[in-house]
Amino acid sequence: MRILQYILRRLFYMIPVLFGVTILVFVISHAIPGDPAKMIAGPKASRQAIENIRKSHGLDQPLPIQYIRFVTGLVKGDLGVSIRNHRPVTHDLKDFLPATLELTLASIVICLGVGIPLGIISAVHRNRLPDHFTRVFSVFGVSMPVFWLGLMLLLLLFYRNLGWLPGSGRLDIDFSPPVHVTGLYLIDSLLDGQFDTFFNAAAHILLPAFCLSYVYLAIVTRIVRSSMIEVLGQDFIITARANGIAETAIVLKHAFKNSLIPTVTITGLSFGELLGGAILTETIFGWPGMGKYVVDSVNYLDFPAIMGFTLIVALVYVSINLLVDVLYAFLNPRIQY
Amino acid sequence: MKPKTNLHPKWRELKLTGRLLRSNPTAMAGLIILVAMGLMALCAGWLAPYDPIKLSLGERLQPPGAVHWFGTDEMGRDILSRVMFGARISLRIGFVVICIAGGLGSVIGAVAGYYGGRVDNIIMRVMDVILSFPSLVLAMALAAAMGPSLNNAIMAVAFVMIPKFARLVRGEALSVKEMPFIAAARVSGARNRWIIAHHILPNCLNSVIVLGTLTLGDTILIAASLSFIGLGAQPPTPEWGAMISVGRKFLLDQWWYATFPGLFILTTVIGFNILGDALRDILDPRIRR
Repeated sequence: MRILQYILRRLFYMIPVLFGVTILVFVISHAIPGDPAKMIAGPKASRQAIENIRKSHGLDQPLPIQYIRFVTGLVKGDLGVSIRNHRPVTHDLKDFLPATLELTLASIVICLGVGIPLGIISAVHRNRLPDHFTRVFSVFGVSMPVFWLGLMLLLLLFYRNLGWLPGSGRLDIDFSPPVHVTGLYLIDSLLDGQFDTFFNAAAHILLPAFCLSYVYLAIVTRIVRSSMIEVLGQDFIITARANGIAETAIVLKHAFKNSLIPTVTITGLSFGELLGGAILTETIFGWPGMGKYVVDSVNYLDFPAIMGFTLIVALVYVSINLLVDVLYAFLNPRIQY
Repeated sequence: MKPKTNLHPKWRELKLTGRLLRSNPTAMAGLIILVAMGLMALCAGWLAPYDPIKLSLGERLQPPGAVHWFGTDEMGRDILSRVMFGARISLRIGFVVICIAGGLGSVIGAVAGYYGGRVDNIIMRVMDVILSFPSLVLAMALAAAMGPSLNNAIMAVAFVMIPKFARLVRGEALSVKEMPFIAAARVSGARNRWIIAHHILPNCLNSVIVLGTLTLGDTILIAASLSFIGLGAQPPTPEWGAMISVGRKFLLDQWWYATFPGLFILTTVIGFNILGDALRDILDPRIRR
């Protein structure tokens, strides 16, 4: 019951943040550039066209009224119309969201699947070879320009002609996308029983997902390592050892469980940053998601599309942080609400 | 306790930091990388074998060799020279961003922490809003709104970095303001503004330096990413991210084009990260002396 209260209170705290997020996006899109009407009309528009847009978009109204219109539009799912293809931005983002979600989720799986074991190994063998190796690996991770890593991976793949993995996109041309259920090809193809489509999609996602995950893999490894080291030094671990409990059980059951909280925090934070990193990774690997969409929009200075993307990503990020806070409540019964 | 030497305490602290730094091999490695990059940036004019901007179409896309160590780009410009001048741009971006974000963020954080109450609440909620966006996404939106140029990219990245410093300094200010010497200053008639400038901020300096060093790496990465998607430095400026962006088109046949600028980004950011990590340990008063 108290958990429920806590969740409700957290939801309530979200309101000012969401309000702030919409204000910030509104300020960026309506107040910072010299003339938003010019932005929407595009660089080659005539003066008359700009005036028309100013009228039709209500840009001649005072800013508070414009803000109210902006938010009411938002509630109805209206993010404006793309300059580039004249489609509602919401439709575009809806089409591209599943690909990005699939990529970021796959990256999270790699982050946790590789990062947690690496962190544990590093902590258990502290200051010995595996630990040094892991630390070098993570320094490279946090210092790596994602877009360059992607290019180098591609280069290795094609220049050396390894032929292990397919090229860009989500599927080879001779595969048709599976029936749309979740929009995630890996899940949809399994639901449909199309295993060859599944393997093709998996081969396509491997490289971009690894590239995107590397930075956060390094961060997860670091966090798991340091919190494991801290937990392993505590009294209850010594007691467990004195009681003759097997070392693997101590590490995996007692120590790891207690180091979960920082790991969950960092995963939540990373997810938002992964959405940012997706901008670069998708561009490099020709992955048809929101990130590639927004970079194409940047090249056209397609303002409504850029702002729509920014807003959606912020909303996803805020929701995930909420989810992380709720997860704490279940993970650590000691937290007082 | 009487000091062992009659040096001013500030100098003693600095000497101690220097000694701890020298005895830490990773810190020294980071420092050496950064000094080398800094020298390369400063002396690019003398060191670079060719003009980084001048076209030489007869020598387009030459592979690395004795004449052009890192090869040439699609305009026949020497990539080594461009990379050297690029260090100037990337380091400048990093330092300018950290000065703006660190300066503004520290003052904002100190004000929030020192005054507390409603001021603190309002300031920190605003910072929370900025932190609700992934840094690259917000920087991209801002840079796009202001128009693609290097200076706009710098301002965009600086804006995104402010909350990091504000949060850190606020936390420190909260504990510093409870110390007896603050009460003493207040009793002796110091005004709030003077206390913030002369007591709160200087006491947060160590942490700000550490965060600044660590953030410098991130800053360079974000700025390079902005240039990569076309929102930062514009051609023909020899900026590393922008070079990779063009080099991408030549990836398969002219591998050297995108490879070398990226290696330099990686090396520089590694330098800042390992130096920052080491500084964090060295400047931590709990494990000092």
